[in-house]
Order: sequence, then C-alpha cells, then structure tokens
Amino acid sequence: MIFGLDALTLARMQFAFTVSFHFVFPSISIGLASYLAVLEGLWLKTGKELYLDLFRYWLKIFSVTFAMGVVSGLVMSYQFGTNWSVFSDKVGGVIGPLMAYEVLTAFFLEAGFLGVMLFGMGKVGRGPHYAATLMVALGTFVSAFWIISVNSWMQTPTGFEIAPNGQFVPGPSWLAIIFNPSFPYRLVHTVIAAYLTTAFVVGAVGAWHLLKDSTKPHARKMFSMAMWMAAIVAPIQIIAGDEHGLNTLEYQPAKVMAMEGHFQSHPEGAPLYLFGIPNDKTQQLDYAIGIPKASSLILKHDMNAPLKGLDTIAPDKRPPVAIVFWSFRIMVGIGMAMLGLGIWSLIARANKALYTWRWLHRAALVMGPSGIIAVIAGWCTTEVGRQPYTVYGLLTTAQSASPIAAPAVAASLVAFVLVYCAVFGVGIWYLLKLMATAPHPHEGGLEELGEAPVRAAGITPGPAQGNAEIGTMPQGHVA
Amino acid sequence: MIMGADLTTIWAFIIAFAVLMYVVMDGFDLGIGILFPFYRPGEERDQAMNSIAPVWDGNETWLVLGGGGLFAAFPLAYAIILPATYPLIMAMMLGLVFRGVAFEFRWRDPSHRAFWDMAFFGGSLVAAFSQGVVLGALLQGIHVVGRAYDGDWLSWLSPYSLMTGVCVVCGYALLGACYLALKTEGSAETRAYGHARLAALTTLALMAAVSLATPFLAAQYFQRWFAAPLLWYLLPVPAVTGLVAVLLLKGLSERRAARSFLLALALFVLGAIGLGVSMWPYVVPQSVTIWEAAAPERSQMFMLIGVALVMPLILAYTGWAYWVFRGKVGTHGYH
Repeated sequence: MIFGLDALTLARMQFAFTVSFHFVFPSISIGLASYLAVLEGLWLKTGKELYLDLFRYWLKIFSVTFAMGVVSGLVMSYQFGTNWSVFSDKVGGVIGPLMAYEVLTAFFLEAGFLGVMLFGMGKVGRGPHYAATLMVALGTFVSAFWIISVNSWMQTPTGFEIAPNGQFVPGPSWLAIIFNPSFPYRLVHTVIAAYLTTAFVVGAVGAWHLLKDSTKPHARKMFSMAMWMAAIVAPIQIIAGDEHGLNTLEYQPAKVMAMEGHFQSHPEGAPLYLFGIPNDKTQQLDYAIGIPKASSLILKHDMNAPLKGLDTIAPDKRPPVAIVFWSFRIMVGIGMAMLGLGIWSLIARANKALYTWRWLHRAALVMGPSGIIAVIAGWCTTEVGRQPYTVYGLLTTAQSASPIAAPAVAASLVAFVLVYCAVFGVGIWYLLKLMATAPHPHEGGLEELGEAPVRAAGITPGPAQGNAEIGTMPQGHVA
Repeated sequence: MIMGADLTTIWAFIIAFAVLMYVVMDGFDLGIGILFPFYRPGEERDQAMNSIAPVWDGNETWLVLGGGGLFAAFPLAYAIILPATYPLIMAMMLGLVFRGVAFEFRWRDPSHRAFWDMAFFGGSLVAAFSQGVVLGALLQGIHVVGRAYDGDWLSWLSPYSLMTGVCVVCGYALLGACYLALKTEGSAETRAYGHARLAALTTLALMAAVSLATPFLAAQYFQRWFAAPLLWYLLPVPAVTGLVAVLLLKGLSERRAARSFLLALALFVLGAIGLGVSMWPYVVPQSVTIWEAAAPERSQMFMLIGVALVMPLILAYTGWAYWVFRGKVGTHGYH
C-alpha cells in the first residue's frame, strides 16, 4: 500500500494513463495517414499544386504525431509483462500471436515506408512515393485490425481451450479467436472514430485559418473536405455505435446496465436516463431524469420489453457505474454534436456560405478536439464497463496483476505521469504551433529540414527559393 | 512432442534473431545518440541526426518484435523477466520516449534545440545502459518460484550487471561511430573515426571481462565452456572474435568505414553466439527452459506461418528503405 492505494489499483491507474495518452496519437495517425493518401492521390490525379501543399502541410503534423504514437505504443507493448505478468502467462498463447501479427504485418510496414514517405519524394519519384504513402496508411489500418481483435477477444473470448495448468490455449480455429463476436462491431466503430477525430482536427485547422482570412484556398479546401466527412461519416458512426451497443447487450449485458444506469430491473419497459448521479453505494441513480420505456425501445426495439438491471448481477461482478454512465453520455453527446455540425455544414453549403458563415467556423474550431475526447470517453466506457474482468467472465483484473510491490508501481506511475505530461505536452504544443501556421503555396517538405533547419524556422534570414524549388520539382530532384 | 520441441527450438532462434537485429540496428541509432554531445551543434549534429532519421523507427520495431515475440512464443519467460527487471524496463521505455521524440522536436523548436539534443543523448544512454543491465541480470539468474518471479525490485543490481550495462553502451557507441564514419563527411567523419577507435578498445576490453566473468556465475556456464569435448567446438568463438578485433582496429586506422561497420556488427554476432552457448536451452537462465516456457504448439505454428510469409518481405522493403537513403547523408539533407 502506498498513499492508501494498493499495487493493483496503481497498476490499473498506470495502464489507464499510458493507454489513454497513447490512444490519442494512433487515432489521429490512422485518420491522417488516409487523409494524406487522399491528398497525394488527388495531386497525382489533378496535378493541382494545392493538394501537394496540403499534403506537405499535414505531413509535418503527421510526422510529429506518429513519433509520439510510436514511443507511447512501445510502452504499451511492454506494459503487459511489467504490470500484468500473470495475465501474460495465462493468455499469451492466445493473444500473443495476434499481437505478433500486428508487429509483422503493420508496424514494420508503417516504419519501413515511413522514411520514404517523409523524406524520400525527391529520391524515389512520384509513383514509388505514393506507394509508400499507401503502405503507411494500410499499416495504420492493419495495426488497428489486430489490436482491436485482441481487445475484442478479451471482451468476448471465443475459440479457446483451458489447459490443465490454467493457461488459455488456442482451439483448432484461429478464425474463431480473431473474429470473435464483438470484433467486427468494435473495429468498425473504432476506425470510423479515428477518421472522425481526424476530420474534426482538420476541420478546426481549416476553420481557424478561414476565420483569419476566408479567401485562402488552402483553408477552404481542407475545411470543405472535413465538413464532407462530418456530414457523411457522423451519421454512419451513430448507426455503427448503435449496432455495437446491441452486440454488447448480447455478450456483456452488465456493461450496458452500467451505461444505462439501470441498477434495477425493469420488467415492463426500461427508461432511457438522460441525467442522473449514479450512487454505487446505494445502487441507485439519484436525481434521475429519463424518458420512460425509451431504453427498451432502443435496445430491444419494443417499448415494453423487459430489461434486467445490475440487481441481477452478483455485487462483486458489477462494473463501477459512475464512470461508465458518464463517459458513455459524453461520447454520445459528442456524437450528436458532430452530426449537428455536419448538418449545419450541409445547410451552409446549400446556401453557398460554407466559407463565410463565421459561426459555423467558430463551432468547428470548438469541435476540433471533440473526436479525441469522444474516443477516450468511448474507451473508458468499454474498458471500465468490462470490469472486474480482463478476460470477460473468466479472468479477473485482480488475478491478472504482477507480483510487484506497490512502491515500484507507484514510482513508475509517477515517472510516466511526469514524463508524458512534459514530453507529450510539449509535443502537442508543437503540433498546435504547426497548425496555427497557415498552409501556403509552395509549402516546404520535410526534406528541407535537413538542409536548413534554422532557416525553416525563420531565425536566420535565408533564401526561400529552396522551398519553391522543392514545391514545384518533386521529381528528379537529386543532387 | 518431438514436433513441438522442434517448433520451440525454431522459435528460440527467431526470437534470438529479432533481438540481434534489434541490437545491431537500433544499436547504431542509440550509439549515435550516446556520442551526440561530442559533435558540434550545427552541421555535424544535423548530419548525425539525418543519417538515421528515415530508419530509426523501423529499427526500433525489432524491439517490439523481440518483446512481442517473447510474449507470444514464450509467455512464461515474458511474465518472469519483465517483473524481475521492472525498473530497468521502465527506465528503458522512458529513455526511448525522450530519444524518439527528439528526432522531431529538435527541428520544431530551434530555440530549445540544445535541450532536445541532450534529451536525445540522455534517452539513448539510459535505454542502452538499461538493455545492457537487463542482459547481465538475465545471465546472473532470476529467482523463480512456481510460475512467477520471486525477488524484490532491485535484485538485478550487481557489479556484473552494471558491467554488462557499460559494455553495451560502449558497443552501441562503436556501432554508432562506425555508422557515422560511413554516412558523414568532413569534421564529423574524422571525429567518428576517433570515437570508433576509443569505443572499439573499451568494448573489446569489457567484452573480454564479461566473457571471463560469465563462466563463474553458474556451474552450468562453466561446464558448457570448459568441459571437453564441447571445448574444442567452442574454441573458434573466442579465436574468431580475436581475429575480428584485430581486423576492426586495422580497418579503423585505415579509415575503411564500411569494413569497420561490418566487423563491428560481426563482433555483436559473435557476442550473441557466445550468449546463446551459455544460455541454451534456458530462456530464463538456470530456471526455465525454452520448452517449459513455450506457448502451445498451435500458437507457435500460427505465428511461424506469418513469420515465414512476411519476414522476407520485411527484410526486402527495409533493405529498399536503406537503399533509397544510401551513401553519405551530406551536409544538405536529402538532396
């Protein structure tokens, strides 16, 4: 025990902290990698310099985001062994191979082609460079595929056997493990979330520059592209989320009970609570405001369908309700706001006012980080909601932890908090600085950094021809 | 069971290969970080940084494969070694965080470049030293009860493990210096040869010291190395190492960068062979054999298919990336 916290609680805090920080970066780099592939593709197809400028602009932001994703991800890959060694020993034979496939098919692909994508346009020419960009984008998606499969298996384990020594071992079919029941739903929901997160970041940057000067073609293009994403993808995400929720109801009903704040069973139609203060002690939803029978309508498509409450689950197997209840509402609220912004942008477009409605731009600016918040809130909902288990229904979190004393876990937790806040705080500041600079014609590439890093930052006055040259001569530019 | 045993052996070699790939590839990255303060700010440091900027991420991926592969193929070993070396792994991770972001951040913020250069150095040094100490901790043995590590959080600390830590730092510096000699020009190149000679001498001295100390850590190591008839088969290992050492020092004084870099790599391969001879067939020395720690045959088989199909591709496109950025990095970036 240290500060009244035992090693298990500290290990959980450490995992929650490191994974929450990490998750922000890949959810942006998954979306951004695809966005970059679209921009480069449009440039190659149309020959318009505008797309190349936007590609180069977002590539700088991508490279910083990606670096932070890599180093925070490396921590995650060792976190299983350091703090959750019993879990690793018990389930390594099942989820280990999936993670190994992630390394083999995704990480190497991303890392192998990243150098060429970032620095190689002048070296390899357009075609191979575009291939490298596509490989990086593919890598980010394949990575999501495997890691979501692992997570989903822990939520809805299938296809395994239990060995005499208590280890989970694979059954005859790996497909039953990979394509476990919650995987397709979670994958679709998470990948769309990554795209939406990126779209709202791009939209906010576009909006910021439109607010300063609404005639800028670069800002207009990125804002327009982002708003198309919001208008088309936000409603798809709401449907995907609903499907995912129904899947959760089938396999993890206790999680849905916590999300809904249903402490009690409702044999004649359950209300949809919009607000309330979950009280884990009294197992009551205090100050509840709800729509009668609406929850049954959404979850069962029947107003009078009975819904069981947490009172049907043994007390030691109930998830903590307050976090799940609130994080779920934050996620859904943001989803609705995203949909609202998407519709607003369609109305503006119809009125030919997409680039002039300043309140739309202000709203898009405020919504910039909304995807990131929604992603973390959604993650909290699903991860806290599956407590007290790591492998749902089979292995508890308490049984999974390493035999490490509390002071060691506490010391490393403090170190992670200090280092992450400092390093990634500074990194996010650099990202904001990059975003605050308007994209411009003949946007410089990353290659120029090596040539004149000082000049690129504008300290030493230097000729700008270098940039212009790179901008117009991406090919055959070999010294 | 014979089949299963064969598969496990194959996996032991795959993990060893991944770890060796990591050590030599991220070794020169980290080595450049360790030597970074000895290069002048400006052109020298920019050249050093640019020589690895396009490839460091791929190099670090081998660490994820080594760790992830261990988790997947030998989960019990993973579950014992990481808690036993807990503070070292944490230090390594945090070191790699600083090292990794420094690549980007030093360009983003010229007014704090000196700080991020130091972060690059410090992160690289801490990561390299931690890895070396983990190696020593592994070799000197980890106390296991049941299926778990049984010891406190500083049991890894000993003069021997500190020595292996310093040895790895020097070895990485050697790789880094040889790589810089290969990729840089001008004053940075001259400086790199000087560093390489110094690092070669210290690395060789420490490798000799570690090699002499290791057989006395445990009876198993002593018997493995000094009992006939194995002795006669193993004798070439130190002999070849001696030859490589002489050729390396000669190559450095003749300023042959490519040859020196390859010989430095050979030194690491020989070190790995020596390590393998000592450890075999244990994955946690003196406690857990590879077969005791092995994941089920189905797990190992499933992954083996992936490795067989994908590894040649990985090696091919990694080779391509190095080919694209071949030659001297130049003082003008990638042009």
